[in-house]
Amino acid sequence: MSDFGLVKIMGEDSEVNMHVPVPPHREGGTSFPSPHEIPAGHHTKPSIDCAGEETRDLAYGLLRVLNDDDEAVGEWDPKLSADELRAALEHMVRIRAYDDRMMMMQRQGRLSFYMKCLGEEAVSVGAAMAMENRDIVVPSYRQQGLLFVRGRSMVDMISHCITNSNDNVKGRQMPVHYSWKEGNFVSISSPVGTQFPQAVGAAMAFAYRGEDSIACTWLGEGTSAQGDFHYGLNFASVYQAPCVLVVVNNQWAISTHRNLAHGGSSFAARGIPYNVASIRVDGQDLLAVYAAHKWATERARAGHGPTLLEMYTYRGDSHSSSDDPSIYRPGDGYENWPLGDPVDRLKAHLVKIGEWDDARHEALQAQCKDEIIAAYKEAETHGTLKDGPFPPVTTLFEDVYEDEPWHLLEQRGQVGI
Amino acid sequence: MAQMNIIQAVNSALHNMFERDETVVSFGEDAGFYGGVFRCTSGLQEKFGKHRSFDTPLAEGGIVGIAIGMGMNGLRPVAEIQFADYIFPGFDQITNELAKLRYRSGGEYSAPVTIRTPCGGGIKGGHYHSQSPEAYFTHTPGLKVVICSNPYDAKGLLISSIECNDPVIFFEPKRLYNGPFDGDHTAAMVKWDSHPKGEVPEEYYNIPLGKAEIVRAGKEVTILCYGTMVHVATAAAENSGIDAEVIDLRTLVPLDIDAIEDSVKKTGRCVIVHEAPRTSGFGAELMSQVQERCFWHLEAPIQRVTGWDTPYPHSLEWDYFPSQARITEAMRATMEE
Ligand SMILES: Cc1ncc(C[n+]2csc(CCOP(=O)(O)OP(=O)(O)O)c2C)c(N)n1
Ligand SMILES: [Mg+2]
Repeated sequence: MSDFGLVKIMGEDSEVNMHVPVPPHREGGTSFPSPHEIPAGHHTKPSIDCAGEETRDLAYGLLRVLNDDDEAVGEWDPKLSADELRAALEHMVRIRAYDDRMMMMQRQGRLSFYMKCLGEEAVSVGAAMAMENRDIVVPSYRQQGLLFVRGRSMVDMISHCITNSNDNVKGRQMPVHYSWKEGNFVSISSPVGTQFPQAVGAAMAFAYRGEDSIACTWLGEGTSAQGDFHYGLNFASVYQAPCVLVVVNNQWAISTHRNLAHGGSSFAARGIPYNVASIRVDGQDLLAVYAAHKWATERARAGHGPTLLEMYTYRGDSHSSSDDPSIYRPGDGYENWPLGDPVDRLKAHLVKIGEWDDARHEALQAQCKDEIIAAYKEAETHGTLKDGPFPPVTTLFEDVYEDEPWHLLEQRGQVGI
Repeated sequence: MAQMNIIQAVNSALHNMFERDETVVSFGEDAGFYGGVFRCTSGLQEKFGKHRSFDTPLAEGGIVGIAIGMGMNGLRPVAEIQFADYIFPGFDQITNELAKLRYRSGGEYSAPVTIRTPCGGGIKGGHYHSQSPEAYFTHTPGLKVVICSNPYDAKGLLISSIECNDPVIFFEPKRLYNGPFDGDHTAAMVKWDSHPKGEVPEEYYNIPLGKAEIVRAGKEVTILCYGTMVHVATAAAENSGIDAEVIDLRTLVPLDIDAIEDSVKKTGRCVIVHEAPRTSGFGAELMSQVQERCFWHLEAPIQRVTGWDTPYPHSLEWDYFPSQARITEAMRATMEE
């Protein structure tokens, strides 16, 4: 073992040339230089059979439908009915109430961990509303909205998060790693990015069987640095897989700013050289999210291949219950995000068209809160994190394989079951 | 002398090495400005600049890849993989590239890379924040594999790992970061404050790789263990009244074979403990070594206490995590014969 002593490789005045990016706000600027100057209604809508490369403007631009006066404008306006708009709002308000309650329960030690999607509610609600329930979704951990739109029971969701005897994944995963086969919602994996190419494979299986269902998958902008992101894009392009690939650019990956995730300006633009249709979307604008997904879904269903969507949004709260964002992004609060909040914006639009008002909004918020409190109570009748009952110990050895081989039977015996 | 936990000890080792050697750099996901999700690299960027301690894109294959490139071109990189469970996207770079560079180039090229990563369970982390993947790496010729069990060792071993010209995978059992853990999850959390191994010099020192430590001397049975299990096994020895000799291996490759042989030849009995699953775990290698070298001295078959051959569970963690009770039972089994 050598003792190196002092090693100096640089002279007194030698300069370091290695470039390391810094989040803008840490050098006194703001993290929010954004393409939001692009006005709502600016982009034209290509036909669903266009070549991927023809979407270049959309990939570098920003698809917006709601303008600053809360009106829906332009070719991309999906012309949703007032009932559909109210349904979207209701989902978002319910998700937010659910997240708040669950984080509060985590703070009280009744969940081991939690992750909110504050600010990103429209990303999953708009997507789920634009798809059919038969379409398979392969989400990351911040698309709980899909479950709400597809109608999963909150009691079951909470049961998973407190890993009680009613947890359908048998207490094996950390909270928020939902799985729901009935809703075509694939089990969430913690290793990020891994499921991007898997979704492409699922889409290829639909094509193989001649079905017109599609697959949709999500990953964070931080995660887009993984090879899996590129595998997914390339395979989707090569096999023209019927899928919608989504990068949720919420500007942060834990403490790491998006300018460390790539050296470019647009994540959507990554799709262009793969000849994958690509659109950057204002993720706070439910109508734009819906419209982009609708277009991409129809394109995939009709056999015209994959689409890459970048949801341009902001992670409104901490990464998870384990970190404190004031350390790494002080002064970069959600309230400063130039594109606003998805609930506020959809609400303002509904008010503007005379289909909603403050009183109804408050009543909805109160109703959602009550529903969640009731669901939480009911979930706890199946057991609590502290006292159980948990899934029985026998479940420890189940599902490793379809059948238990001798060595697992032997080990099960050593536990006395 | 300063009192440190493992996080502070790792941090202190990095500060010492940054000061001594300008070729040492540290990087990883959230490891620059924030100082890592466990804060092991905190203060480095502030003190030494962002070219010495920096954040990376979220891509373990990329992290290990650039570490190799920097290492083969004059730097001494210390890469952090945020959790050992997330080392697998970098597996190809580690096992096919980093491990084989020296051999493949006829000794022309090598990369003195250290990969630090928190491992192990006991924190309710489920199967993606609890794994102990050491055996994948001990099975790969060309890598040294180190796992610490206390603050004093963490610092000394990390410094040796950084100074080592071969690549080192350095495991930090995350359950031990803030205090020793004897396996009793219902007991109050203990800190390193009052533990003798929590006394850590601020100054540079090293502990040679390849040297095990006898953490409890005994005559009746030898327990071979590492990481968190050192504390569980020691407690099992104390609480059972069995006079066990507990050996903290500290370095798995190269193994301190003399320490193992001496002890087992003395006690004639051997129990091997690790958190990782049993099949093809490092315990299988230890068992083979003991059998090959000490067969005629053994009074009873060697016992293994390990995690089960299942993914690491979340809610049933304590039915998986090797307990004092299981270790005691195994010790008794070697003594009944
Ligand atoms: C392969 C892998 N490496 C590291 C981690 C730890 N980790 C979990 S989430 C995360 C950041 C993800 O950021 P991003 O992709 O932007 O998604 P967001 O959390 O913003 O939704 C990291 C580093 C992981 N889960 N998987
Ligand atoms: Mg992100």
